[in-house]
Amino acid sequence: MISDDEATLRTEVREWLHAHWDINRSLVAWRNLLVDSGWGMPHWPRAWHGRDLPVSLLPVVEEEFEAAQAVGVARIGIRLLAAATLLEHGSDSHKSRFLRRILTGEDTWCQLFSEPGSGSDLAGASTRADRDGDNDGHGWRVNGQKLWTTSAHHAQWGLLLARTDWDAPKHTGMSYFIIDMMQPGVEVQPLKQMNGHASFNQVFFTDAQVPAENLVGKIGDGWKIAMTTLAHERRNADALRRWGHASPHAGPIYDEERAEIATVMEPYKWYPQRAGRVDLVMKRARESGRLADPAVRQEIARLMMMSRSAEWLALRARQAKVAGKPEGPEGSLGKLVASHVARAASHVHTLISGADAMLAGADSPHDGLIAEILLSVPATSIAGGTDEIQRNIIGERVLDLPREPRMDTGPFRDVPRNPTRGR
Amino acid sequence: MHFGYSDEQQQFRDIVARFLRERSPTSEVRKHMASADGYDRALWQQLASELGVTGVHVPEALGGQGFGYVELGIALEEMGQALLCAPYFASCVLATEVLRNVATEAEQRTLLPALVRGDRIATLAWVEQSGRWDVAATTLTAHGQGDACRLDGHKKFVLDGHHADLLLVVARTRGSVGDAGLGLYAVDAQAPGVERRPLATIDSTRRQAELKFSDTPARRLGGTESAATKLRQSLDRATIALCAEMVGGARALLNSAVEYAKLRMQFGRPIGSFQAIKHKCAEMLLEVELATSAARYAAAAIDAGDSEMPALASLAKAMASDAYMRAAIECLQIHGGIGFTWDEDTHLWFKRAKSSEVLLGDASHHRERYMALTEATA
Ligand SMILES: Cc1cc2nc3c(=O)[nH]c(=O)nc-3n(C[C@H](O)[C@H](O)[C@H](O)COP(=O)(O)OP(=O)(O)OC[C@H]3O[C@@H](n4cnc5c(N)ncnc54)[C@H](O)[C@@H]3O)c2cc1C
Repeated sequence: MISDDEATLRTEVREWLHAHWDINRSLVAWRNLLVDSGWGMPHWPRAWHGRDLPVSLLPVVEEEFEAAQAVGVARIGIRLLAAATLLEHGSDSHKSRFLRRILTGEDTWCQLFSEPGSGSDLAGASTRADRDGDNDGHGWRVNGQKLWTTSAHHAQWGLLLARTDWDAPKHTGMSYFIIDMMQPGVEVQPLKQMNGHASFNQVFFTDAQVPAENLVGKIGDGWKIAMTTLAHERRNADALRRWGHASPHAGPIYDEERAEIATVMEPYKWYPQRAGRVDLVMKRARESGRLADPAVRQEIARLMMMSRSAEWLALRARQAKVAGKPEGPEGSLGKLVASHVARAASHVHTLISGADAMLAGADSPHDGLIAEILLSVPATSIAGGTDEIQRNIIGERVLDLPREPRMDTGPFRDVPRNPTRGR
Repeated sequence: MHFGYSDEQQQFRDIVARFLRERSPTSEVRKHMASADGYDRALWQQLASELGVTGVHVPEALGGQGFGYVELGIALEEMGQALLCAPYFASCVLATEVLRNVATEAEQRTLLPALVRGDRIATLAWVEQSGRWDVAATTLTAHGQGDACRLDGHKKFVLDGHHADLLLVVARTRGSVGDAGLGLYAVDAQAPGVERRPLATIDSTRRQAELKFSDTPARRLGGTESAATKLRQSLDRATIALCAEMVGGARALLNSAVEYAKLRMQFGRPIGSFQAIKHKCAEMLLEVELATSAARYAAAAIDAGDSEMPALASLAKAMASDAYMRAAIECLQIHGGIGFTWDEDTHLWFKRAKSSEVLLGDASHHRERYMALTEATA
């Protein structure tokens, strides 16, 4: 059933695109226009580059953009996690300084949470932020090390979780900052991953500066705000598949978008592979002749059924949200199911490839793509919270099972932790 | 496709759930699963007259409530969760389904209202000694025409076949092979030449029988053309209905496991605080929710006339078979020794899970069928 709202909206988007979409505009100029009009993020608040559109109507806007072959705002990377966090916890000044350049693609962001000594145990962060005496006590000085920081090597800004109180219990002694990644006190070293790519880094802070106005929320709110960032990350776990797809059309603005994806996105071109590339399975099975093998058929069907059921599970969650119902367990299961699907897909690609699964690069099927799937899937069950941590969360928050006894209460100063590694 | 339930649908679920909680607790289930017929006649009458669930998806003109498969699914999820011990699946799903699909309107007017009222119980007899689920495997023969047909042969695995009043029998005309010559025949259970033998089943909450027909008088339903396609469609729909019942049962096992894990203390703490147990529960939840999503999607797809129908039935059944059995195994494991006893209830669901895993085709069967149905389009 098409509601009046939907039909009016459709006409409105279509007319606006008809009047403004122009492939000869520069990418940034076009995205600025999207930001001004609210059509880039229509479900965002009117005050902040949106149109207060209900989430349920977003597909209408997306369909019209697709029909007009219009490029959207920049969405890839950590940027939308930063945006979501700032929309929820940032001050007006943060929003006006940062949101626009996030959407135009001019600024790249990174998430400085994990450290050598604390990954799953995010609240164990020991990177320190101290009041900066040289700066009238207003700003902050940051020292320590972050690890596995995706995008840090080309990010302008970082979302930083740092300890500001060593005498408070671990969860309450941290604060959340926006840090300028281009300053001298920040050193970034790319890390080569098992699949040969380098999308994450280690980051060293030596008296790096953070002005007072870059504190997000209040001192001690770090954990709470980090949870917002993480919730968005986990919810979008299944969106990885769509990472960085360039449109195939001809025209200056598309060329610019393709160039953006080719350069900025280069380190991330393996991202679709980490989700397992379920979309390639049938094609591969057919071309390799393995589709007739009953054992392979069983595994393919198992994978397809799980993957489709996972889509319906996500659909249930979205529809419940749109209907204003409280989020059921469906919402928390997405990240874990994405791991299961990715692993099953990697297994099926191996079955299908047979001996070829031993090969890499140009010698392996699809010019290394299959090898890249096999060597990228392990990231899915680690990044953004491991499977084990997801099961803890589901067990404790969804099923309300009792927590484990804790060994890390009391002042953080006294909590047993990993020895800090020297540089 | 829409997943959310309307307020009316949610109310319907609550009413069925409350009714079953009050009238069919496991103490009642245990009593009736040990009785001769294997169900409670009084409860059956109440299901029909008080709840009207015996005709949820039957048109109002035939005495039913005129709802769709989504509502049927809601009722079945609750029945599966409560482990209702009644001939509902045999009479209101299998038999009702083939009557709706195969029989003429006039035949439906004569046969269906009594089933909806709960006055008579019907069942579908299609599987034979071979245990094959596809109707093409039928060997039981029919000869004669219209009201004056005669049946000869065996049927096995007939749900509630030992007490049903009306037997709907799949038979083939003599000498026919494959899909040709397949038809649906109505047989009065009291007719001459019907021999019925209850089978000893793992799951005593859903009994089965072996039937023998020797020159038994029968009436051909739905004309003389092969009924193969319509029968298959009926079985696909029944499979999706069964999935609803199964995911309801799986949820009961999950809830029971989680509840026990919170209560049972070992090593000075509830066993649910051990990750080995907690993580099992998380994985159970995931599997139950995936299978529930598939079952609900498939039910909505029948109502929407989705062309992917047969494949969706196989998808939902493979997911439900695995999820229900896994939930049964893990729930039992989480209960420890008490889970292996007769007095604790887990084994009641375990047995239903085991027989449902296989009924209408196990997971491997449906995975292969899904591939055969989708590989042309994928
Ligand atoms: C591709 C990729 C990109 C990443 N990008 C970023 C980024 O941009 N920013 C960022 O901050 N981080 C990033 N990470 C880091 C990621 O969040 C951590 O690797 C992850 O949270 C695990 O932490 P860890 O590596 O320290 O492992 P650990 O926490 O040491 O875990 C080791 C093992 O112990 C298990 N374990 C730990 N605690 C428990 C527990 N309580 N119960 C049961 N098992 C437990 C884990 O599940 C795991 O199997 C990225 C990681 C990857 C792989």
